[in-house]
Amino acid sequence: MTASGNIPSRPANGASAGPHSSESLARLAARRFLRNRPAVISLIFLILLGISALAAPWLAPHHYATDDLLAAYEQPGGDYLLGADFMGRDILSRLLYGARVSLAVALAGATISFVVGMGYGMTSGYLGGRRDNLMMRAVDVLYAMPSLVVIILIMVYFRAGQPEQFTGIKALLYRWDSALGGLLFIFVGIGITSWLQMARVARGETLAMKQRDFVESAVALGIGNSGLILRHILPNILGPCIVMETATIPGYILTEAFLSFIGLGVNPPTPSWGSMINEGYQAMRSYPHVILWPVVILTATVLAFNFAGDGLRDALDPRLSDG
Amino acid sequence: MAAFIVRRLINMMVALFVLATLIFFMTRALPGGPFDREKPLPPEIVKNLEAHYGLDQSLGRQYLDFLWGAVRGDFGPSYSSRNDSVMALIARHLPVSAELGVWSLLFAVALGIPLGVVAAYYHNSPLDMAATFFAVAGRSIPPLTLAPLLILVFGLQLRWLPIARFDTPAHRVLPTLALGLGMASLIARLARSSMLQVIREDYIRTARAKGLGEWSVVFVHALRNALIPVVTLLGPLLAAVVTGTFIVEMFFAVPGLGRYYITSIGNRDYPVIMGTSLLFGAMIMVMNLAVDLIYSWVDPRIRLE
Repeated sequence: MTASGNIPSRPANGASAGPHSSESLARLAARRFLRNRPAVISLIFLILLGISALAAPWLAPHHYATDDLLAAYEQPGGDYLLGADFMGRDILSRLLYGARVSLAVALAGATISFVVGMGYGMTSGYLGGRRDNLMMRAVDVLYAMPSLVVIILIMVYFRAGQPEQFTGIKALLYRWDSALGGLLFIFVGIGITSWLQMARVARGETLAMKQRDFVESAVALGIGNSGLILRHILPNILGPCIVMETATIPGYILTEAFLSFIGLGVNPPTPSWGSMINEGYQAMRSYPHVILWPVVILTATVLAFNFAGDGLRDALDPRLSDG
Repeated sequence: MAAFIVRRLINMMVALFVLATLIFFMTRALPGGPFDREKPLPPEIVKNLEAHYGLDQSLGRQYLDFLWGAVRGDFGPSYSSRNDSVMALIARHLPVSAELGVWSLLFAVALGIPLGVVAAYYHNSPLDMAATFFAVAGRSIPPLTLAPLLILVFGLQLRWLPIARFDTPAHRVLPTLALGLGMASLIARLARSSMLQVIREDYIRTARAKGLGEWSVVFVHALRNALIPVVTLLGPLLAAVVTGTFIVEMFFAVPGLGRYYITSIGNRDYPVIMGTSLLFGAMIMVMNLAVDLIYSWVDPRIRLE
């Protein structure tokens, strides 16, 4: 939450360290972004998706778990605008609620990455020397492990447990998890690997910033460690970190969809686009519409995140652009 | 250079060890055992089975046995298909996955590099725009959504290609596309941006000035240097192949290791999960190391500290 709250303020903060007025830099980036038509369309799509996810209880014509076996595999149209699935549940309503899962995972993955990854990376880069070396060795070891395999193993572990068999903090975690439809453990699974790349980027940027004159002058002015990190280094490395993070957000969404597809993700009947793809796959020969809708919306969402992310990257740092 | 290799090797060993330890203790801590059935087995039989597989030993003893076995490439027998050792299962299923991976990598290179080169050569033309769009679109349509789309369009609607199993060359087309298209877009994107840089270099102007044909300028002088950054993609690509096979093999009923891995997770077949995860981990780690070494070899300007 803290990290995502910082995002919009970045250009202003970053600029305040430089000679230009904060307005012009932020406005310049905004203007560059608005010129990029695919990025703007994608951003509008994502905003609409976010609004409909939040408003799902009011927008959805049915409850996501209300089944009507007489309407199983109903074709699109009529009472079921996009048709019904194998239990006669309204696909449109399930897509709307599924958007909550995907967007929540995107938000959680990014938040963990910013808080843990940037915190770790900046600390390591700022400390330098032996401690930096040691901290980065640990990251190297974790980074060398294939993240999807690690996430799968963690999810196997979580999903095998039943809330009743635990006491204390574990039982509490399992209760929260089932209250969230299985999202809590997905956050943990994705969060465990999501911060590593950010830690590397943040450390590298911090090392570069430490060489800069304005940091040296801040040291000379007697500003303490935390002030130096939070007031002078953080605002100036936020740009590259945001650019990197936007490129990884589609990965979180797809990881959740994959986990739900193989049955390690959300708990039924909570709808996820991944579990909807799995349900549709069971009957795609006879009722292709059931798998088509979640595939289309998942692709569109990932496409939009990619286009918007590229647009943001080009706007924040035109030198990184492909052409 | 030697110090770099040694350091990377040590890092890899430590990572493998951490992964093995994590896998071991995690799977042992799972509630529910490999001998749980709908109808419970008599306790005497469970006891005998546990004794047979060494599950009655202390956890520390089991861990040491597992590590020692893993070092020798022996992960013990599989629980679910009792006549097979894990190594035999891997030996049976891995070649199928490897073949699928090789086809899709070849496809990705054969499509991605020409596309990137052409896009860069006709910079800002409609062709370039189309290639750039493909690069983003391909990144956004991973196997999880591409596989069902391919099945729907080419398998069920047009009925051009078979959608399951892995018997004839025709069976290989759709899985290869599902796995390779995203990688082709990654390659195209990097080849394009790298080519755009190289083509403005002085030695390209020199090559043109001395009267070389356009073909030889682009494909001999420019492409050779433009491909260097593309080598860095090999690591992520190979990792994408391995994890991509999980989904593609599920969708197309390909009898490869990826499909077997996902099934064994459902069956809680500990030795298979451990053996396969370790194998996947080791493969990706070794490939990443190899890519780093290749990269420093093709571009001596890169200093490995």
